Amino acid sequence: MKDTKHNDGVPIMDAEAIWRALRRIAHEIIEQNADLKSVVLAGIPLRGVEIARRLSEFIREVAKIDIETGTIDVAMHRDDVGTRAELPMVHASKLPLPLEGRTVIIVDDVLFTGRTARAAMDAISSFGRPARIQLAALIDRGHRELPIRADYVGKNLPTATREQIQVRLKETDNEADAVWLFKE
Amino acid sequence: MTARWNRKDLLGLRELSAEEINFILETADAFKQVGTREIKKVPALRGKTLINFFVEPSTRTRTSFELAAFRLSADVINISASTSSLTKGETLKDTARNLEALHADILVLRHSSAGAPQFLAQRLKSSVINAGDGAHEHPTQGLLDIYTIREKRGKIAGLKVAIVGDILFSRVARSNIFGLTKLGAKITLVGPSTLVPREFEKLGVTVSHQIDNVLPDADVVNLLRIQHERQRKEYFPGIGEYTTLFGLTKERAKLLKSDCLVMHPGPINRGVEIDSEVADGLQSVILDQVTNGLAVRMAVLYLCGGIAT
Repeated sequence: MKDTKHNDGVPIMDAEAIWRALRRIAHEIIEQNADLKSVVLAGIPLRGVEIARRLSEFIREVAKIDIETGTIDVAMHRDDVGTRAELPMVHASKLPLPLEGRTVIIVDDVLFTGRTARAAMDAISSFGRPARIQLAALIDRGHRELPIRADYVGKNLPTATREQIQVRLKETDNEADAVWLFKE
Repeated sequence: MTARWNRKDLLGLRELSAEEINFILETADAFKQVGTREIKKVPALRGKTLINFFVEPSTRTRTSFELAAFRLSADVINISASTSSLTKGETLKDTARNLEALHADILVLRHSSAGAPQFLAQRLKSSVINAGDGAHEHPTQGLLDIYTIREKRGKIAGLKVAIVGDILFSRVARSNIFGLTKLGAKITLVGPSTLVPREFEKLGVTVSHQIDNVLPDADVVNLLRIQHERQRKEYFPGIGEYTTLFGLTKERAKLLKSDCLVMHPGPINRGVEIDSEVADGLQSVILDQVTNGLAVRMAVLYLCGGIAT
């Protein structure tokens, strides 16, 4: 992972744009899930967890409902174990159980190849059998390698594969909310 | 958060940094949670083959590794000394090369000679996990002991840990000493001078031959099994006298602080190094050690077996 040098990066979204995008996604979640109480927002560490928390706050403001949130770590469900020279930290997953009859919305910061979303679906199924699984991402940068699409997208951002997208959030990165594009 | 793992083998805790030990413990947290899922199995090592190669007898360690491998979706073969060609005169290296020719990805080795896992790790592409080598190290036991202390007490640094019993012959003691010392615990080794020589102080620990002086201060008491099968008569006069002088009897347990943890790597000799009332008492975390051993071994297999070699 490259160290962030913001002077090399192109700003794509600022704090205001992220705030508006997430508030819109929250409205879409409310609109598309008549049984809002059955929804679980499952964030993928690190930033997906924070985005899920923010979405739950928007939903509480608008719909006056406390929806449950969880964490879904995908490291042990990935399909590239054994191909990397170094392994990142695995975190524990936490989901409200049982999942039967519920709608689990996977929340991530960036949707790229779709492999993380696939691993997340695999992980969720080891906890039970939810009624449906949906996918929300702040950024969809394209280049899918699997037949996966997002149900809720903050911003569609066409990119080249060699470019990097970095999402920065106050709570996880100790700097102002922003999305940056880095040319390789 | 930027820590990474890049070792293919786990041979001992002596060569690990405090960061690496903490990395394993935090990975084990994630794998412990897998045991609470409806489906207690993840695909992390799908398609990998693990060989449990136990040249010395062991049931609990082998079973724990086997179950850990199953939960990671690896395929497992068990080979024990009596079923291997070692009894036909094949050398350890030849046996291991044959196992590798079968495309074994991970070799879990228990051996009576110190250094056997290192010998193989240097010669094989497979991951080698030390499941106990002679009186040298038993790193996964050390890790599960440290994990259990950390889980119950929330930290390691500054804790006073007493390790009691047959230290001289104990690989469990050595792995505990290396690991706990790196994380900042203060260790006192307790036992008869024949089994706990002063030489051990070179490892940065305190040595005591008076258990009653050590117990009142201890945050953790880790009792080691008196290894009948290794013991020669000259090391102490008899089992009865050992119990009188060093056993954690019901009476002696009254010296412990109320929040002191009582640990034992098993199998326990009830009435020898520990009384039944203490082994089954509220301060005992002996069965937590067994549960945590599974999580720790899943973490070790995932980390060592999951990197590209």
